Amino acid sequence: MSEPLLRMEGITKVFSGAVALDGVSLSLERGEVHALVGENGAGKSTLIKIMTGAYRRDGGRVWLEGREVDFRSPEDAQEAGVVAVYQEVNLLAYRTVAENIFLGREPRRFGLVDWKKMNAGARAILDRLGLEVDPEATLGSLNIALRQMVAIARGVSFGAKVVVLDEPTSSLTEHEVSILYGVIRRLKGEGAAVVYISHRFDELYAVCDRVTVLRDGKLVGTRALEGLERIDLVCLMLGKQRDELRREGATAFGHKGREEAEAPLLRAENLTRGRKLDGVSLEAGRGEIVGMAGLLGSGRTETARAVFGADPLEEGAVFLEGQRLELDSPRDAISAGLAFLSEDRKAEGIIPELSVRENLTLAALPQLTKLGVVSRAEQEQIVEKFMKRLGIKASSADQKIRELSGGNQQKVLLARWLCKNPKFLILDEPTRGIDIGAKGEIQSLINELAESGLGVLMISSELEELVEGSSRVLVMRDGKCVAELRGAEISQDSIIHAMAEGGAESEAKGSEA
Amino acid sequence: MSQATTIKRAGGLGAGLADYAPTYGALAALVLLFLFNSLFTPNFFDVNNFRNILLQVATTVLVATGMTLVIATGGIDLSVGAVMAIASAVVASSLGLGVLPAVLLALAVALGAGLFNGALISGFRIQPIIVTLALLISGRGVAQVINDGKIVLVGDESFKALGQGRLFGAPVQVLVMLLVVAAAIFVMRATSFGRYVSAVGGNEAAARLAGVRVHRTKIAVYAISGLLAGVAGVIETARQGASDAPNMGLNIELDAIAATVVGGTPLTGGRATVVGTLVGALIMQVITTGFVMNGISYAWSLVIKAAIIIVAVYIQRPKLA
Repeated sequence: MSEPLLRMEGITKVFSGAVALDGVSLSLERGEVHALVGENGAGKSTLIKIMTGAYRRDGGRVWLEGREVDFRSPEDAQEAGVVAVYQEVNLLAYRTVAENIFLGREPRRFGLVDWKKMNAGARAILDRLGLEVDPEATLGSLNIALRQMVAIARGVSFGAKVVVLDEPTSSLTEHEVSILYGVIRRLKGEGAAVVYISHRFDELYAVCDRVTVLRDGKLVGTRALEGLERIDLVCLMLGKQRDELRREGATAFGHKGREEAEAPLLRAENLTRGRKLDGVSLEAGRGEIVGMAGLLGSGRTETARAVFGADPLEEGAVFLEGQRLELDSPRDAISAGLAFLSEDRKAEGIIPELSVRENLTLAALPQLTKLGVVSRAEQEQIVEKFMKRLGIKASSADQKIRELSGGNQQKVLLARWLCKNPKFLILDEPTRGIDIGAKGEIQSLINELAESGLGVLMISSELEELVEGSSRVLVMRDGKCVAELRGAEISQDSIIHAMAEGGAESEAKGSEA
Repeated sequence: MSQATTIKRAGGLGAGLADYAPTYGALAALVLLFLFNSLFTPNFFDVNNFRNILLQVATTVLVATGMTLVIATGGIDLSVGAVMAIASAVVASSLGLGVLPAVLLALAVALGAGLFNGALISGFRIQPIIVTLALLISGRGVAQVINDGKIVLVGDESFKALGQGRLFGAPVQVLVMLLVVAAAIFVMRATSFGRYVSAVGGNEAAARLAGVRVHRTKIAVYAISGLLAGVAGVIETARQGASDAPNMGLNIELDAIAATVVGGTPLTGGRATVVGTLVGALIMQVITTGFVMNGISYAWSLVIKAAIIIVAVYIQRPKLA
């Protein structure tokens, strides 16, 4: 009926030629908790940064309480009542709670800080939010959850009308999450709008009223969460139509991998790390491609890194050919015969300034080295063989890897592992962000490798890839493996169902929420 | 998270030349300076003068070679001058044991200081600049305590030969310098350790996931840097015939960093050019020598050096990958 609290229309943002946001609209009502969701690169952060003045928009208009606004800086937005609270709290750890809340506008008396008034003011705000925090406590002595609450309190003290929470629960425990929910409900009760960004469906359904879905910088839609089935929400996020889920033949996978009755090649048991990884177990046989599906933040990558020894585990064990692995570092996993292709090629894959040759042989150096000296002949043999076999296009093996296309970089990184003859290959998004030609080549290579007896764990956001490539698909959600699909059960439809509803065991819990 | 980035591909001739600019740019500058001085500076083009330049640059090059490896891993070692002073004090006060034991003891202490740096930096994840600054401050104090606050004179002629003698007609320390530079070039080009140094500096997370022993590599470069500073300290003590703890190797860390940077090793790490560092150190020395021989104030040569550092860093500024 009335004008919404905040309205954004046709917001566009371009970063050096790449469109990050393309005509996105969003409106926030008073007393509403509004979820903002989308996969990688959807544009959530960009939209929030424009809303809170951290970025300037390239197109579109914004109204706050019916008045058109144009925030030039976060301070601008803050003054108008639009505040963002980020995962890493940007406050002063060595100052008190009250000082942090009033930082930059301390109440003064005769030119000096009026401590009494400041502490009382802080107390009042904290009470309003139902928080039992001493305003005179040093911020650094509080746990992360309470620090986050103090950041929210600071926002509220500005008279915030719109509070943005960017993945507020990612480092919180269950109990701390409930404190946060309490604060959110108070804000809502006072007529503020809360924008809530999270990957956890349970949380969205627990606290949010409406959800806006972004994909690839475009608005997919805004829906009321009540009555919206989880599966429909997942379809919106992934850009799938529910009735169109059975399309096939889009990938280069032919063979589905053998399903072996023999003892598994790799077995992981009860992998646990905080809330990110909650007792994940899996098995994979020789010559089998096991697919792994899940939305962003579901624990897919965490599982891969745990199996590879890249992150310390609280609990759990990994067995290769029945032998328990000592996983203190990736080095241990590598010497046992594991290989891991990270999803983040730039941050965790390539060494940009080194050549194709040096990047390709990095993991294999121990075998190529005698008394510390790299054998040129053996190195050349391997480089030549794998550049040819994988069709790596570079001006020469001396070319710096950063100058190659994404697809060719990915091939070099695959070759880095293949030249070590691994027994088990963990691939995290092996075809993300590479051109269609290289994609097909990599897919058929994975196929070929499995046929030759390697075990493969393939994490992918592309459902076609999983459906056509894997003999089994494990589906992750909220740090748990919630479903295992085999043979005829594997379809885009069944994967999406499992991603959304979390398989048979948590079906009841899901419909409750 | 969803910030769009476009990947610009460096390609074509221009990018290719730019890639070589750091190394060959410095070399070209050295050749130009050399030619210019040969033509216009009286007595510059002279074997004795060349030997002098090499003599004066030797200690800086020794220290800068270690610095180059450290910087290649993305770190920095400010403690080299202080380590030189410690090594100097140790060798001067233990010459009674005999020349060889005294030198070995001094080198062992210097190596230990480097290991200490590396262990703190790698094991406790303290920033390199902090750890090595601490040793920069405390190390010279330790050296003065060893020397009992005095300048300790050394009389042993066979020891002094390390800094004053000649072998096959060439000054000993110049031979040591060439040997160290050659060894460092070999290590960076042909060994797996050299590869790991660049990999750790270029992308530590990726190196770790590829099985590189990141900790060990980091500790090793600081140990090498400490050891080479020790060698420089011993040679300098022999050359001066005395251990002067407050002044031994004073500010050499800055000369070493400057030589490294001018030579084309970026401060961000990921790449090392030992030859470049040698060239960088020579550029600095030729400027100083040229100014002095022309009777221009030494102070002006400092200004020129500063300008060269700025230009070198500008040429090598990180390109968007």
